[in-house]
Amino acid sequence: MTEPPVNPDQALGPRHWARVDGWGMAVRSFGYLFHPRTADEIRNVYDLARGAGKTIVLRGAGRSYGDAAINNEGIVLDLCGMDRVISWEPDTGIIELEPGVTIQKLWQTIIADGYWPPVVSGTMHTTMGGCAAMNVHGKNNFKVGPFGDHIIEFDLLLPSGEIRTCDRAGNARLFHAAVSGFGMLGCFIRLKMKMKKVCSGLLRIEAFHTRNLQEMVDEFEDRVADADYLVGWIDTVAGGSGLGRGIVHQANYLREGEDPRPADSLTISAQELPAHLFGIMPKSLIYLLMRPFINNPGVRLINASKYWSSRIALRGACYCQSHGAFAFLLDYVPNWKLAYGAGGLIQYQSFLPRGRAVAAFEAILRAAHSAGLPPYLGVFKKHRPDPFLLTHALDGYSLAMDFRVTASNRQRLWSLAGELDQIVLDNGGRFYFAKDATLQLWSIDKFLPPANIEAFLALKHECDPENILQSDLSKRLFGKRFSAEVTQQSL
Amino acid sequence: MIRDKCAIVVGASSGIGEAAAVQLARRGYRVALVARREHELRKIAERINSRSPAGEERALVFAHDVTHFNEVPELFDRIAQSLGGLTLVVYAAGVMPRVEPEEYDFSKDLKMVEVNLLGMIVWLNEAAQLFTRLQAGTIVGIGSIAGDRGRKGQPVYNTSKGAQAIYLETLRNRLAKHNVRVVTIKPGYIDTLMTRGMGNLLWMISAEEAGRLVANAAETARATVYVPARWRIVAWLLVHIPSFIFRRLDA
Repeated sequence: MTEPPVNPDQALGPRHWARVDGWGMAVRSFGYLFHPRTADEIRNVYDLARGAGKTIVLRGAGRSYGDAAINNEGIVLDLCGMDRVISWEPDTGIIELEPGVTIQKLWQTIIADGYWPPVVSGTMHTTMGGCAAMNVHGKNNFKVGPFGDHIIEFDLLLPSGEIRTCDRAGNARLFHAAVSGFGMLGCFIRLKMKMKKVCSGLLRIEAFHTRNLQEMVDEFEDRVADADYLVGWIDTVAGGSGLGRGIVHQANYLREGEDPRPADSLTISAQELPAHLFGIMPKSLIYLLMRPFINNPGVRLINASKYWSSRIALRGACYCQSHGAFAFLLDYVPNWKLAYGAGGLIQYQSFLPRGRAVAAFEAILRAAHSAGLPPYLGVFKKHRPDPFLLTHALDGYSLAMDFRVTASNRQRLWSLAGELDQIVLDNGGRFYFAKDATLQLWSIDKFLPPANIEAFLALKHECDPENILQSDLSKRLFGKRFSAEVTQQSL
Repeated sequence: MIRDKCAIVVGASSGIGEAAAVQLARRGYRVALVARREHELRKIAERINSRSPAGEERALVFAHDVTHFNEVPELFDRIAQSLGGLTLVVYAAGVMPRVEPEEYDFSKDLKMVEVNLLGMIVWLNEAAQLFTRLQAGTIVGIGSIAGDRGRKGQPVYNTSKGAQAIYLETLRNRLAKHNVRVVTIKPGYIDTLMTRGMGNLLWMISAEEAGRLVANAAETARATVYVPARWRIVAWLLVHIPSFIFRRLDA
């Protein structure tokens, strides 16, 4: 017996083996992980994939809840190492960034010059590339549109190695498809964006409770003209007359002169979240305190306490808070997902037209309660349509709900999600690729206009004819439709 | 997809390492046998493969001297690649040369530290990194009850085993959040080359029995396992004897 032969394909050897999970930990994969730092290194991985017959998923910070940034048995291109700020012009608010720059690095770069990113996600750890590919929105989506609305121009590195510069005038079709295209057309390697000038590092916050969903929607509609940000928390376990009750936070930028000492709040330290709970307990351990409450009675207790204390304490409460403290609620407790246990969580976020939102969301909550699977967190936002090809946004509202996944409830949860999909689709609703983990193969045809799907598939064929860029999400939702033959037939 | 049930056993040419490798192969593992003595490894591999289901090569041979530290990263990758996956690494290489009561031979000391401790560190560092990326895996280090106390007879052997226990504990604490188990095995007296000629030893068990217990621990244990388990009581007593008494009792 001789020493065993070694697979000559060392390039995909153990140094690159990795388990890569969706952020919610409910969907998992095994992949070959690469960390390119330059466009040429990305090209090398494109070539490697082509040679080895592998597919590639583009991954930023991996904050997509579901399977958008994983690719079982394929290559995972982690772009966090491409995190340089290429240029920043405080006079104009124009910034050029590599795809791995996080929202955190972005705001830390611009805050002292009196700027804040126009759109941020609920966590500051997402990357520019991920935000653009998913076309993320903030709590101000109804007012300023999604992330893509603030991109002026970008360079997209196609699997062929070609770089295409896109803006609204040149390559407009690709511009509107790559943003929202969940990384299926090419890799953003440079993004040029416009930042928002702010007069202070503080926001004026108004908080109040609403007794049901209709009341929340009415408040949003009344305030939409004046508010810069609006977000609702919903007690998703409450039923009966309390169904859809919650708390609304409205935030507004301070106007010139309203903050007597803007320089004090326009600093990194003024925007950072507190490092300790009650000044002593490290934030990184707080999830351990949450763990005993992440179950039906525990969440019921916490939510009821939160709602009723808001009725008493938040009657028209008005106060100032930093941009960071208001925007990045998900970062208050690092790794809070671990409180959900080994099975993790999924987030089910659906978007419904304005006129149908209340009834449909109430039906969704009732269905979840009837199934014995109440969501543990509910976040309500207002949206407006945008011009991106696969957008999730519409003139209406979204409700994002976190569900705990366990070995025993997983099957029931997925079938509940199918039931909820039907409610959303029957009411003309949409879904969001950054969150999804449960939609099925036929779903996209029910919520995306056929012309948009065809246009996207045509671009996929043009930009990635070998179908190298894929994710578990793309395989789940598009099946074989990315392959050239099928695309040609559909055209 | 990487394969399940793939193991590396370092120090597989005799004793507990050999017995553990045979046991693991019997339980369906694909095992890479690593040791200096290639001839012995090949005989063991032939024995394992002849008993494997038809057409299945459960044992692979990799000749390597664990004191050649620089070779390890490349070799580790090559082995994992050849196995097609990796779920378990057992470090069983160890030496205990005879040391006279008044002897202080640094060359013997260096060998023990190199083989028992530094070899373990260089191999298990590699395992720790891969298992962190995979968010799964088991590391087993064969320590010894000798590491629980500073006995007169074997100053550096005991030191190397004590240091192993601390190193394995730190790995265990580091890797727990990555879903990686790190098991410290503390054998009592096992009938191996190391104990030949030491006379009638307390509670001696065969290497085969020790291999079975090590394989059990590799599959289920979470921290420190005494082999056999009754040595835990002895260890507890040893640890709690005051020094001024211990130095008189210790042979």
